[in-house]
Amino acid sequence: MVEGQIKIAANNLEIWFGQIHALKSLSIAIHEKEILGVIGPANSGKSTFLRSLNRFNDLDPHFRFQGSLRLGGKNIYKDIPVGELRKRVGMVFALPVPLPLSIFENVVYGPRRHGIKQKSVLEGIVEKTLQEAYLWEEVKDRLHISAMKLSGGQQQRLCLARTLAVEPEVILYDEPCSGLDPISTAKIEEAMRRFRKRYTQVLVTNNTKQAARVSDRTAFFLMGEMVELDQTGRIFTFPKDQRTNDYISGRFG
Amino acid sequence: MSLKNFKEALIEKIIFLSGIASIILVILIFIFLAKEGLSLFKSVHLGDFLLGRRWHPISEPPQFGVLPLILGSLFVTLGAAVISVPMGIASAIYIAEVAPPRMKEILKSGIELLAAIPSVVLGFIGMTTLVPFVKHHLNLPTGLTAFSGSVMLAFMAMPTIVSIAEDALTAVPQKYKEAALALGATRWQAIHRVILRAASSGIVAAVMLGIGRVVGETMAVMMITGNAVRMPTSLFQPVRTLTATIAAEMGETVRGSAHYHALFAIGIVLFVITFVINLIADWAVHRKLK
Repeated sequence: MVEGQIKIAANNLEIWFGQIHALKSLSIAIHEKEILGVIGPANSGKSTFLRSLNRFNDLDPHFRFQGSLRLGGKNIYKDIPVGELRKRVGMVFALPVPLPLSIFENVVYGPRRHGIKQKSVLEGIVEKTLQEAYLWEEVKDRLHISAMKLSGGQQQRLCLARTLAVEPEVILYDEPCSGLDPISTAKIEEAMRRFRKRYTQVLVTNNTKQAARVSDRTAFFLMGEMVELDQTGRIFTFPKDQRTNDYISGRFG
Repeated sequence: MSLKNFKEALIEKIIFLSGIASIILVILIFIFLAKEGLSLFKSVHLGDFLLGRRWHPISEPPQFGVLPLILGSLFVTLGAAVISVPMGIASAIYIAEVAPPRMKEILKSGIELLAAIPSVVLGFIGMTTLVPFVKHHLNLPTGLTAFSGSVMLAFMAMPTIVSIAEDALTAVPQKYKEAALALGATRWQAIHRVILRAASSGIVAAVMLGIGRVVGETMAVMMITGNAVRMPTSLFQPVRTLTATIAAEMGETVRGSAHYHALFAIGIVLFVITFVINLIADWAVHRKLK
């Protein structure tokens, strides 16, 4: 695969939470419009890395960092206001978190915050994004019921639609299918594959097979370090590092 | 029956009795109130009691119109609500969402301390500071007004409103806020559209319980509101509340007289008002569970 332009670049990124050194000297380049899979056991720093990309680690008062992190060449801490950053870098969480509003209001929450008021435009956004998240057919007749009434898998697809509605450039997935049934998982993976070429996507997952199924390149994290980063096909067949081999063959983790 | 089973059964009975004690007490109190209060209506018409504009219990013939007292309570309560509800909710938002952890602890203990001050002490402070202040700065003939009572009672309702609303706000899962932030919302947008909404039933309950406290308050209003029985037309006049009337006159009545029964009838009116307020609070809390 030809390497595209660099969308996100981390340079010697170090992250601490109080005394805990969560991410050690990470340098990584995420290409425009690729799907980067990030695998690794618990406490490997993979979620910390993901949450640094939309400045979500900032919510922890003990968070400290060093090094640089750039989105499209711009320093995300200095050159981009945090609200705009989070609009450009969307996030889907491990557990579906529908807001306590209707399905419709969940999807338009972001667009409304960013100033879209016209009803017909909002309706268009709702239909388009719900279709893209493979949820439209299941909810089109009951858009105004509470989002809490949907099943877990439907809620997660709603969260995906809600993220798409703010038209991000990058989508972060933090173990997006960890609590889902196989059918909902398949639908979300299908959506991710279809978004290739449109969004830059970063998928953190505990399920190594999911990374193998979906991502273009895969990074393996262990104890706060990135051990290896390679084309997905290569990392799952000929890993260079013994620790990667041990992890993907299920010897620990 | 073995000893162990006996102990089990005994403990179960004791817990059961404790559990229903409050219900039984409420029922007994209501029966007592009704028995003493309703006999007033053998001699006085219900409409004349509720809508009568004159409360002259010891003149001849006596007049038992409680409308000025109901309005007195209403004026003082509404005034207190207008002051304490916005301030209380704003304070709860600050404590739950904005204040740094240390500030949060200080504020929460402050609020608890405010709740612990006996109302007679608040009344005393109000009498010596607030009343002359109101008289002087608003240029009134007396500072003993419904307005002074409202201000003082607002301080009594605040702790209830703040602590319950703060609990409701804190109980909103952090993940809602994170979800809103992840979509690019600012902190205030997240608070306003998501957190306040999710906590709305708890906040309504907090307001209702705060108002309930104000309606039932006696000592401070007696000391501050001037106790003049007349139809109130503005907040800046002396008024007499339902509670203050009972407290002030109960000692002077002849047991079994019409006046005595009338005071119990006022008790029933108060009981109904607080019951309705609690009912609204309860409805607000359970509305979300549907």
